[in-house]
Amino acid sequence: MAAVGEGRITYDARGLAEPQAEAPHVAEIDGDRATFDAHGLSTRLINLELRRLLYEEGVTDVTVQNPGAKHSLGVGILTRCRIAFEGSLGYFGCGLIDGPEIHITGRVGWSACENMMSGVVTVAGNAGSLTGAALRGGDLVLHGRVGARTGIDQKGGTIIVLGDAGMMTGFMMQRGRMILCGDVGHGLGDSMYDGTIYVAGKVASLGIDCVPGEWNDADSEFVERKFRIHALGSPPEFQKFVCGKKLYNYDNLEPSERKLVL
Amino acid sequence: MCGIAGIIYADANGGREVGRDMTLMLQSMKHRGPDSTGYALFGPRSASYVMRFTLADTNDPRDFEFADRIRRNRFLVEQRLRRFGAQIHEVEEETEYAYRVTFDYVGELKQLADLVEDVPGAEVLSLGHALEIIKDLGDAESVAMQYELDGFRGTHAIGHVRMATESDVDISGAHPYWAYPFNDVAVVHNGQLTNYFQWKRRLERSGHRFQSECDSEIIAVYLAEKMSEGASLEDSMRDSLHELDGVFTYIAVTEDALGVAKDEMAAKPLVLYEGDDMVALASEEIAIRAVLDREIDTYDPFEGEVMVWQR
Repeated sequence: MAAVGEGRITYDARGLAEPQAEAPHVAEIDGDRATFDAHGLSTRLINLELRRLLYEEGVTDVTVQNPGAKHSLGVGILTRCRIAFEGSLGYFGCGLIDGPEIHITGRVGWSACENMMSGVVTVAGNAGSLTGAALRGGDLVLHGRVGARTGIDQKGGTIIVLGDAGMMTGFMMQRGRMILCGDVGHGLGDSMYDGTIYVAGKVASLGIDCVPGEWNDADSEFVERKFRIHALGSPPEFQKFVCGKKLYNYDNLEPSERKLVL
Repeated sequence: MCGIAGIIYADANGGREVGRDMTLMLQSMKHRGPDSTGYALFGPRSASYVMRFTLADTNDPRDFEFADRIRRNRFLVEQRLRRFGAQIHEVEEETEYAYRVTFDYVGELKQLADLVEDVPGAEVLSLGHALEIIKDLGDAESVAMQYELDGFRGTHAIGHVRMATESDVDISGAHPYWAYPFNDVAVVHNGQLTNYFQWKRRLERSGHRFQSECDSEIIAVYLAEKMSEGASLEDSMRDSLHELDGVFTYIAVTEDALGVAKDEMAAKPLVLYEGDDMVALASEEIAIRAVLDREIDTYDPFEGEVMVWQR
């Protein structure tokens, strides 16, 4: 008797299996371009094939078909190249990248583009929570809605969200910019240290130490430039939010002194 | 970590392969919880009651008297059901310690369930006209094989893969939880409730008893009690966002509805697909892909959201 689901569950979701795996060599290569179908391949095999093409075959433009929302795809790519995922990614997609231009036609799960250093990632669909966590640089453009804590601990770069964003967006943001075109949930910019958040829609509530900022010409120039680069049309009217710098971490007191003073 | 999943079909008059689909969903999230797997499956409504119960745990030592003890206790369960007025149609032995019994009965359900649970080692997993809860240790494929769930046809279902954190790895600690003693209500949960003991004491004072030490069981009984007072499933779930404390995403099912609630911190994941033919939701999208092998549009519900779908 066949096992339940036999032949249908063909992948290990976290890709922890197959420690001895090698790239499957399934891509069709045409000059500096390549395409392969990820259907039926494990996370590990997809990433191995991707890395083989980029690092060993000299390919600079890869199309991955049917990624199937598998986790951890396209992570750790540290070269300038172009990757297109025709479908959706699961959790931790495109994390720790430095340089690539990645286009995703579907959605992405939690923690997409975590610790991205540079490059451009565009997502046509929705994104889960923690999108762009600890982003260091580059542009992350999300055409759908995003979950909670987008840009948590952001340290640089730009996150552009065309849809709505969940709660605690920009939580503990340290540097960089966020351009949020839709409505935003509670606790926007909670405990942010620095950085700038632009919001076009309604803000449910501001987080601790997040305050309205004064709009200036540099803000207009920045937003217009990002909209122009990413062909997003005319920018709507935004409000600007920055750090009020009133939290304890901005005083000059030692921890022991703080106990006495506060 | 744990993984939860739910599926409800738009057109399931003839019954869909809900057992097989839920197995595919749960197996694809095996990495979220390898300790135990559970199903709450809704088959076609039966005029009779369907009760699933166990007489031992998978972990129990198989001493020389194990088989005799099980046989004796099974006899006691059947005897008590009959003595209390239940007309038993069939008792099916699912495993050496798990049973499915169908019977007709008119009367107080709680007393009947209490009487069965009073038999040494007995635990009622579910009781209702359509709900059947199946749970055991191991991954979805092994549980589905053991209980032959591949052929189970029905209208909607929820499921759970468990990574035990706060209670033992046993059948009692496995989800889903039936809303003892309310028929046809069950819950799967991912998260932690921090006011568990407060609610447990409160519900115990109202006469409820709990089968496990797991915080998730509170949610099922909490919802069922609200509904027994006249509240809808959706209103009950909305109330829970304010009255239950902690981080949680849970899915609740009744005979004709499936709902999801996400706490106000949105700390536990959930991905949702709403199609014309079905609604499928899970902790990870790969679970939805396991039953929908095509490109689909999904999204994460926001914090504090409650959504309910009626059959």
